[in-house]
Amino acid sequence: MKKIKKIKIKLNGKDKQIPKDFKIDKLINDLKIPIKKVAIELNQEILDKKKLSKIKLKKNDKVEIVHFIGGG
Amino acid sequence: MRDQFIIAKKKFKSRLIVGTGKYRNMYECAKAVKLSGADIVTVAVRRVNISDKKKPLLMDYIDPKKITYLPNTAGCFNSKEALRTLRLAREIGGWKLVKLEVLGDKKNLFPEMIETLSSTEILTKEGFQVMVYCNDDPLMAKRLENAGASAIMPLAAPIGSGLGILNTTNIKIIRNQTKLPLIIDAGLGQASDATIAMELGCDGVLVNTAIAKAKKPYDMALAFKNAVIAGRQSYLSGRMEKSLIGKPSSPIKGII
Repeated sequence: MKKIKKIKIKLNGKDKQIPKDFKIDKLINDLKIPIKKVAIELNQEILDKKKLSKIKLKKNDKVEIVHFIGGG
Repeated sequence: MRDQFIIAKKKFKSRLIVGTGKYRNMYECAKAVKLSGADIVTVAVRRVNISDKKKPLLMDYIDPKKITYLPNTAGCFNSKEALRTLRLAREIGGWKLVKLEVLGDKKNLFPEMIETLSSTEILTKEGFQVMVYCNDDPLMAKRLENAGASAIMPLAAPIGSGLGILNTTNIKIIRNQTKLPLIIDAGLGQASDATIAMELGCDGVLVNTAIAKAKKPYDMALAFKNAVIAGRQSYLSGRMEKSLIGKPSSPIKGII
């Protein structure tokens, strides 16, 4: 079996290994994150949630997924 | 004419805005919000907990279709962080009405007004409707108004301090100089503080800790609801003139 090459990204400040050429919509799906309730940033740029299937993650990419929590 | 509470051309029923932080759990928070009668709640933008996916989501407890979410920038100490946070907030659900809060002092949580002003200018140009947490400084309040703020939100006292309104004179001066919604944000400790704010002519109050950290948060939520209504009615009723001498309430004529 061919071994899938992995790359390292930063997800919400923590290291994460993902397969090479992994698309960001797949990452969100795998994490079971409700897409309508979050915003996603890639290397400090906000992503259009409709275009996530077009974006491949690269080595050392920084992904931030945020949502609303209680606050004053 | 009906007494309406309007922010950025949107009408709201309640003049009480409540925060959703510091509660023991989401259930308690949602119940307190409901009892308060508020139709705007402030919320913070934070990282999704990737490791614990079962953690409850605020949106599952407080429906953003029924209650207006007012995203804040709590924890931001410069304009760059605040702008980033609010742009993300807008992306989550299309929110344009936001609460800007740029802090400059980690101990007292006082607002950093230079960064606040420049952020207000940028956000307004980007189409945001910006409700601005600020000092109780009439000059700075005027500058924020000129920069396009949708509401002026001076502190009563440091955030979470519960000290009540420390400078009523400045609040009155700001009231007299602006037609923008004037909302007391931060520092209230008990329901009567909200009444005082409303009697000074404020359009609303924003309360979090005073409700969340009361011994009985549900009762305090209700107390604040009533206090805001009472204060507003009192303000609109026009108080009697003060006198340094006593004047009997019963007629002198006909005393036996």
